[in-house]
Amino acid sequence: MTDELRAAPVPPASRLKGAARSLLVPVLAVVSALMIGAIIIVLSDLTFFQRLGADPGAALADALGSVWTAYGALVTGALGSPGTYLDAFASGDSGQIAAAFNPLSETLLAATPLIFTGLAVALGFQCGLFNIGAEGQLYLGAATATFVGFAVTGLPWYIHLPLAAAAGFAGGAIWGFIPGILKARTGAHEVIVTIMLNYTAFRLIEFILKFPGYQREGRFDPISKVTEATAWYPPLIEGLRANWGFVLGLAAALAVSWLLFRTTKGFEFRAVGFNPTAARYAGMSIAASTVMAMMISGGLAGLAGTSIVLGITRSLTSGISPGFGFDGIAIALMARSRPRGIIFAALLFGALRAGATPMQSATGIPIDLVVVVQALVIMFVAAPALVRGIYRIRVPEATGYEVFSKGWGA
Amino acid sequence: MRLELRGITKRFPGVIANQDVDLVVEPGEIHALLGENGAGKTTLMNVLYGLYQPDEGEIRIDDRVVTFHDPGQAIAAGIGMVHQHFMLVPVFTVTENVMLGVESVRGPLGQLDRPTARRRIIEISEAHNLKVDPDATVEDLPVGVRQRVEIIKTLYRRSDLLVLDEPTAVLTPQEDEELFEIMRSLKASGTSIVFITHKLNEVLEIADRITVLRRGRVVGTTTPAEATRESLASMMVGRPVELIVEKTPAHPGVPVLEIHGLVVRDDRGHVAVDGLDLQVRAGEIVAIAGVQGNGQTELVDAITGLRHPVAGTIRFGGTAVRMEPRPIFEAGVAHVPEDRLEDGCVPGLTVADNLVLNTYCRAPFSHGIRLDRDAIERSATELVANFDIRTPSVFVDIGDLSGGNQQKVIVAREFSRPVRLLVAAQPTRGLDVGSVEYIHRRIVAKRDEGAAVLFVSTELDEVLALADRIAVMYQGRIVDIVEPARATPQLLGMLMGGSLPLESAAPAGASPAVAGGPAT
Amino acid sequence: MAIAAAPDGIVDRAALRRQRIFGIFYLLLAALAAFVLASGIAPDANSTFVLKPAGSKTGLDIPNLVVPSVVTLYVVAAVCAFLGAVQLIRGFGSRWVVILGVAVTLFVFGFLTWAAVDKSMSLIGILQLTVLKGLPITFGALSGILCERSGVVNIAIEGMLLAGAFTGAVVGSGTGNIVLGFVAAGFVGAALGALLAVLTIRYRMDQIVAGTVINIFSGGITGFVYSRVLQAHRELNEPARFPQIPIPVLSDIPIIGPMFFSGNLFLYLLFILIGLIHYGLFYTRWGLRVRAVGEHPRAADTVGINVVLTRYRNVILGGIVAGVGGAYFTLGSTGSFVQDMTAGRGFIGLAAMIFGAWTPIGAFLASLVFGFADALQARLSILNIALPSEFLQMAPYLATIVVVAGLVGRVRAPAADGRPYEKE
Repeated sequence: MTDELRAAPVPPASRLKGAARSLLVPVLAVVSALMIGAIIIVLSDLTFFQRLGADPGAALADALGSVWTAYGALVTGALGSPGTYLDAFASGDSGQIAAAFNPLSETLLAATPLIFTGLAVALGFQCGLFNIGAEGQLYLGAATATFVGFAVTGLPWYIHLPLAAAAGFAGGAIWGFIPGILKARTGAHEVIVTIMLNYTAFRLIEFILKFPGYQREGRFDPISKVTEATAWYPPLIEGLRANWGFVLGLAAALAVSWLLFRTTKGFEFRAVGFNPTAARYAGMSIAASTVMAMMISGGLAGLAGTSIVLGITRSLTSGISPGFGFDGIAIALMARSRPRGIIFAALLFGALRAGATPMQSATGIPIDLVVVVQALVIMFVAAPALVRGIYRIRVPEATGYEVFSKGWGA
Repeated sequence: MRLELRGITKRFPGVIANQDVDLVVEPGEIHALLGENGAGKTTLMNVLYGLYQPDEGEIRIDDRVVTFHDPGQAIAAGIGMVHQHFMLVPVFTVTENVMLGVESVRGPLGQLDRPTARRRIIEISEAHNLKVDPDATVEDLPVGVRQRVEIIKTLYRRSDLLVLDEPTAVLTPQEDEELFEIMRSLKASGTSIVFITHKLNEVLEIADRITVLRRGRVVGTTTPAEATRESLASMMVGRPVELIVEKTPAHPGVPVLEIHGLVVRDDRGHVAVDGLDLQVRAGEIVAIAGVQGNGQTELVDAITGLRHPVAGTIRFGGTAVRMEPRPIFEAGVAHVPEDRLEDGCVPGLTVADNLVLNTYCRAPFSHGIRLDRDAIERSATELVANFDIRTPSVFVDIGDLSGGNQQKVIVAREFSRPVRLLVAAQPTRGLDVGSVEYIHRRIVAKRDEGAAVLFVSTELDEVLALADRIAVMYQGRIVDIVEPARATPQLLGMLMGGSLPLESAAPAGASPAVAGGPAT
Repeated sequence: MAIAAAPDGIVDRAALRRQRIFGIFYLLLAALAAFVLASGIAPDANSTFVLKPAGSKTGLDIPNLVVPSVVTLYVVAAVCAFLGAVQLIRGFGSRWVVILGVAVTLFVFGFLTWAAVDKSMSLIGILQLTVLKGLPITFGALSGILCERSGVVNIAIEGMLLAGAFTGAVVGSGTGNIVLGFVAAGFVGAALGALLAVLTIRYRMDQIVAGTVINIFSGGITGFVYSRVLQAHRELNEPARFPQIPIPVLSDIPIIGPMFFSGNLFLYLLFILIGLIHYGLFYTRWGLRVRAVGEHPRAADTVGINVVLTRYRNVILGGIVAGVGGAYFTLGSTGSFVQDMTAGRGFIGLAAMIFGAWTPIGAFLASLVFGFADALQARLSILNIALPSEFLQMAPYLATIVVVAGLVGRVRAPAADGRPYEKE
């Protein structure tokens, strides 16, 4: 596996130049994806074609206008609008200032689970594993965290909260353990197993949510009991929804970075990921690394689910994740599996998600557009040659090819 | 046909593989292309075969200029190539492999006409004494037979010029002779042959003319009458070459490695090591000679803990060790694997990381779970200096280094700690002469420090030069152990092929040899 | 570590372990049948299996199959116990796969008997549904075979099925012509196949990443258009469906007839495709070259075969097959497109392909196994048995995991599967 999907530690001297160069492709990828997204917005308006025939100039102008409005709503929905900020600071009212920061808070809120799922998938990549099961692991973690959240009472927050978070990690870790052990013992390809486990997880969650003892009293729809307030992530600023889960995400990124580059276990993960045969020759246990990497990866995804149920929704339903697990794949690819890059990529995608809902209410454009844009970003990021080809960027050194999966064989 | 290459130049990023090469092959001539690894022989033939396009120069067949954009065109022009690594699809039969690309078909849907192809194959096989079973599946065939299939492939396409790329790398000396007979028979029927090799004896025996390449250029063209082994070797390398290794006699001590009755299965479940006994003592170099595929790989795997034996015992210094790579490594065993890139180093990690690939989990490189990066860097800088590894820095990705330097990293890693037993499999395969000499010196130095050395090699020259004792392996057993004084290529060749010469007796003082390898 | 050699030969530890695991498994099945399923059933209770499709007027009159519930379960248990014992003591050698099939089939029959205690279960209905559920899975598997036999892993089958379903419904409704919808679905599949080919061959993208991208992209676009356009314009999502065309005579054969010869265009197309691909791969020049490219692309290159062109062609063909197979979900089954309606069938198709050893007929049989699991969960939840419906719904997915985990290493993929081809 070569540098394109994972980068080794780089000596200080060439870090700056490399950083600039390595930003170029992701930035262009996002820009290209947004442009294609704009085209989709325009083309999906059925009246556009009729008006194009009648009055092309006005139709195009209207089309551009609708794209501008849509993306504008996206940006203000994610970051807030300058006007609102100015008014708020001018007024000096703390409540109004907090309200002005609301979009930014939503972005942080949306970015938090993405940091965790991005880390989960990236850790898998570093060990040569493709963990598509982050979505299912997310749900399992959410389920266990919710259970500890409502079943355990009478504890102060500084015990209850870490306990619930740990339960969330454990839930995801178990769901990551299964594909890990299957791959280690039988060679079953983790792509199929994790995808199947995703569907299994959805059914399992549906079942739990109707189970007496878990389901909220008096409700017939699948929703869990409300968790105790002592298990909730405290907000960063009163009045805003953004909470300390984001800080936990930053801490997790640091921890994963330390694990990968400064510990013996991380060394083993990366060696096994690059060249399992040589790792074995050197005495490392591929099976142990596989299982442990999948467990930690699953646990991280479980923490993503935890951050949702303990930070936002306060209870569990079957719709808490609009595909955060799959976004994690995009984020890991964009950041080339490096924890520091994951934070930025998560913020970007979080901004997209946060802005999508206001965009939908303002212009009627469904939030699925964001999914499409994200898919395009992945595509461009995973094939840097594609971006370079489109934009005619020259690369000084010969780049390797981005292969890390080798079909179904054990 | 008369083949002429004029001024062929081929460049790759960072290296000029062929520079202004001229080559003439007359009709019905056996022309040897000689050079050490990396001299550009295979590249030149790939240009001829249409796999590469030359940057400069031209190809002429019978005085007409031709260009080949793909192998199909070269084949159509009458050029056939037998590659060093066989181009046979393992799961196909002989017939399917031979007719691939020029299939006989009938009917509207392009249905395969296997019977017609079969008949032609049998004709060709009988005409040139190339015995094959057309319905056999290639992956079940031994290497010598596969080579015959490759030759039939070219004859099936009516080639006038045959290119053989290192054909004897996988043959015993006796099989070499059979191949040479086939070549003479082909020559008699008018086929020209270009024979790529780095083995001097063969060239003198079979070639009509010899062209020597060095670093992509033609150094000279000569004939066996005018050349000697020494003159050819000098031309190949550019300086007078010592064809023997400097070493003092061995003073073997206590046994370090003792193997009794070892039985190991290969990846497909067949028995590869079949009741093998062997002993290696401290301060001696034991070479395992044999044609590839007789269980050497599985034997090394078993000794290094990568493959669990089905029966038998392996003891290091008299004690039994848990047969996993790490405990064996801790018992003082160093392993230089057969396939550098695949098994010995991790491209993607830095040179420094690779140098601690099996020591990272112990002090001073780590404390508990935490790695000490400064210690790793310091040690790496030292090793790079001591072992003369050419790299811009220890933080470079090891995949960016040349093959020889990668091997040096592996050697540095394995040799830089106290070692009781060194196991090296094909340690110099694919390396240039300078690196080969270097590795040989290091191995002898290790022996003189008191280590026991076991190395596996298919190069008889290397075995004869380096070993204190030669153990010949055939079909999973040691058929005999020979002292270098008594060893000749003919004797070794017969042992490697499974037939014992009439006057062979187990040399006195050697460890018990397994009696009677079956005659083939 | 010294391992003593057994006096009469060599000990093969892996095979021994497998022998034990299966032996215990069969005994477990026996115990489940005898002690869990059979408990609590009245001794005189019967299970009734209906074998003639309801409403079928032609053909022979097949009586219902009535079995005494408890006795049947005990018989099943006894046979499984016997098989388990033999397996533990001696093993079955090379026929272990057959024995596994027998044991599992028996147990499933026992399970159905339990589910149908004092009730009447339409066994023929389940069998018919098996074929229908297995249909799209087989299309997916065939697409996978076409791609992987030439060396390209196609994870994007799921996305191609979804796109095909969507296109078939929308074009079929918009033009009022389901044949056009069918053709359009094929085109869209071909386009996605071309995209996959370009990304992986020309731009050297990792094949699994590229496939995943296409899946996400397909889900996103279809979801987007569904929300933005189809909700408002329902008339664009109500295509007609291909009618059922029972084949005369063949459809009257008991059991087999209603299963395999009373379907619509898609079923018969599937049979033709299976035959064509099987013949093509193993009996024609095209097939020989494709397989060579998938096994040893460099060898194929050196005899003049264009590896890149072969892969492009096969991946696009695979895309067409998957696109058409996707149209089955809408034009051949339910009609309207629903978001994410393929629900993982593309991935199950991949598992069926592996299970069937990359052959069309094997893939079809394997798809029937998965289809059976799918049909069970659909029908049994109606029957209102003790198992919660969510667990039944997990059945096809868990079955896939078991198959994939159990078969790796036993079946051989095309040797060059998944690796991009570089010229030097």
